[in-house]
Amino acid sequence: MADIDIQHLSRLAQLALADDEERAVRGDLERIIAMVDQMQAVDTEGVEPLAHPLDAVARLRPDEVTERVDREHFQALAPAVQDGLYLVPRVVE
Amino acid sequence: MAPPPTAFASLAELARGLREKAFSSVELTRWYLDRIAAHDGALNSFVTVAEERALAQARAADERLAAGEGTALTGIPLAHKDVFCTRGLLTTCGSRMLENFVAPYDAAVVERLDAAGAVTLGKTNMDEFAMGSSNENSYFGPVANPWQLDRVPGGSSGGSAAAVAAGLAPIATGTDTGGSIRQPAAFCGLTGLKPTYGRVSRWGMVAFASSLDQGGVLAHDAEDAALLLAFMSGFDPRDSTSAEQHDPWLEGLRRGDRVGTPATPPVIGVPRQYFEGLRQGAAQLDEARRALEQAGCTFRDVDLPHTGMAIPAYYIIAGAEASTNLSRYDGVRFGYRARNPQSLEDLYRRSRSEGFGAEVKRRILTGTYALSVGYYDAYYLKAQKLRRLIRDDFLAAFAEVDLILAPTAPGVAFPRGDLTSDPVAMYQQDIFTTPVSLAGLPAMSVPCGFDGGLPVGLQLIGPHFAERTVIETAALYQRETGWHREHPGGFG
Repeated sequence: MADIDIQHLSRLAQLALADDEERAVRGDLERIIAMVDQMQAVDTEGVEPLAHPLDAVARLRPDEVTERVDREHFQALAPAVQDGLYLVPRVVE
Repeated sequence: MAPPPTAFASLAELARGLREKAFSSVELTRWYLDRIAAHDGALNSFVTVAEERALAQARAADERLAAGEGTALTGIPLAHKDVFCTRGLLTTCGSRMLENFVAPYDAAVVERLDAAGAVTLGKTNMDEFAMGSSNENSYFGPVANPWQLDRVPGGSSGGSAAAVAAGLAPIATGTDTGGSIRQPAAFCGLTGLKPTYGRVSRWGMVAFASSLDQGGVLAHDAEDAALLLAFMSGFDPRDSTSAEQHDPWLEGLRRGDRVGTPATPPVIGVPRQYFEGLRQGAAQLDEARRALEQAGCTFRDVDLPHTGMAIPAYYIIAGAEASTNLSRYDGVRFGYRARNPQSLEDLYRRSRSEGFGAEVKRRILTGTYALSVGYYDAYYLKAQKLRRLIRDDFLAAFAEVDLILAPTAPGVAFPRGDLTSDPVAMYQQDIFTTPVSLAGLPAMSVPCGFDGGLPVGLQLIGPHFAERTVIETAALYQRETGWHREHPGGFG
């Protein structure tokens, strides 16, 4: 098992872990990865990966507008909106 | 009013009472709401009780019934796992992230059951984002097992299981990604059905692992489970993996047919690999096998050699899909938002860190690891290859047998707190349920006895879309035995 770079992973996952949380998570992940490493014992040479248990493929539908735009309704769920826009901290100074 | 004969009346008995006007839906709904008020303090099985909405639905159901209309479900109360979106009613998914989330639409399952005239009593507690095997991961607190309050009810549909087991709702919906219906059903002495992947629409079901998630039922017996399945299943173009499957059998159930007897007594396979890791319940499973033999079933050994790889493969695939699905929680469009964000990055990171609990973060990080550059082939792709081997084991077995009989869980309900410090030990709870999930098969957990006063569950696994054989065989067993009619004391 390779070293687990928790800081890198938490950056990718957009999580901020406190120091004690990071220590606990590191221990847990080491155990989880050691457990999943049992997979390496099975020879899967030539086996096709299975993404869907019934081998189904994506269904196509006619290219028609089916979704309704209901911005007011959806934005009622947002933590901060103004003039129909979602508010976030300033991105460009 | 004359209440139903017991808190554990079947759906057919309740429907009869409604049609014969022994009680109205409003009276029945009020009766269950009172039971929730009296008993749920000890269980914590509901996150939201929807009193006003339920009574309004019940009034509408009474009008339909008075006009001689309605279905076999009209006026019957039920509870929804809090993973199903309900318009105008909180949908928390057991998470702080969605503590105040009111969905702008109803899930397909909710829509269909509402249309049939069912009454929603409320939304049941669950492991956060359906991640857990003990219902100890809910932001709204753990759920108690009605059989022994210091034991877990199983998870992640633990609230639905506890509510039905204690008679606070006659039936409930659940979802099963790696065992989340079957294991709580086993722990609480219920009949729990996970349908074939694609049978029940995922539209409006908060996503955890989309190639595995499947809605289903927690009920007292196979007959009730079949009836709810008949109304909640069916093709839905809004779910990209919904199966275009049409079963006259399910249509018949909707029109009032009862669950029948298997056309020919099924040949049932017994996989050695599922009995090696069994800690409790071996004697009860043996006894169940004899009862099924007496009912005409024959048994034969089958081999599922890759069973041991299911937990590693499952935790990689489910983690990878979860890390992707849960990236939508960003603190911007809906859900929890951290206070005073200093930057966009800070907004994302703190909203997610404060909004998600420890297990959800573990799964996201496991999935992120499995999908990251340099590890993708060794973990994610490897897990998908094993998924094929596991599924092909089942397909080979089903060339020889009609069903497979296995334990649902390695032991009975464990004490709360026993496994919380060791996630890997907790994951082992799913050893007999995850292979079935990876293969997308239908399976039912059926009560088959007690060990130390706690229920034991047996699992009947069928080929894809063979719910009928699974359910009819479970019903056959339940005609021969009475374990499903045992109920916990203290909730009279």
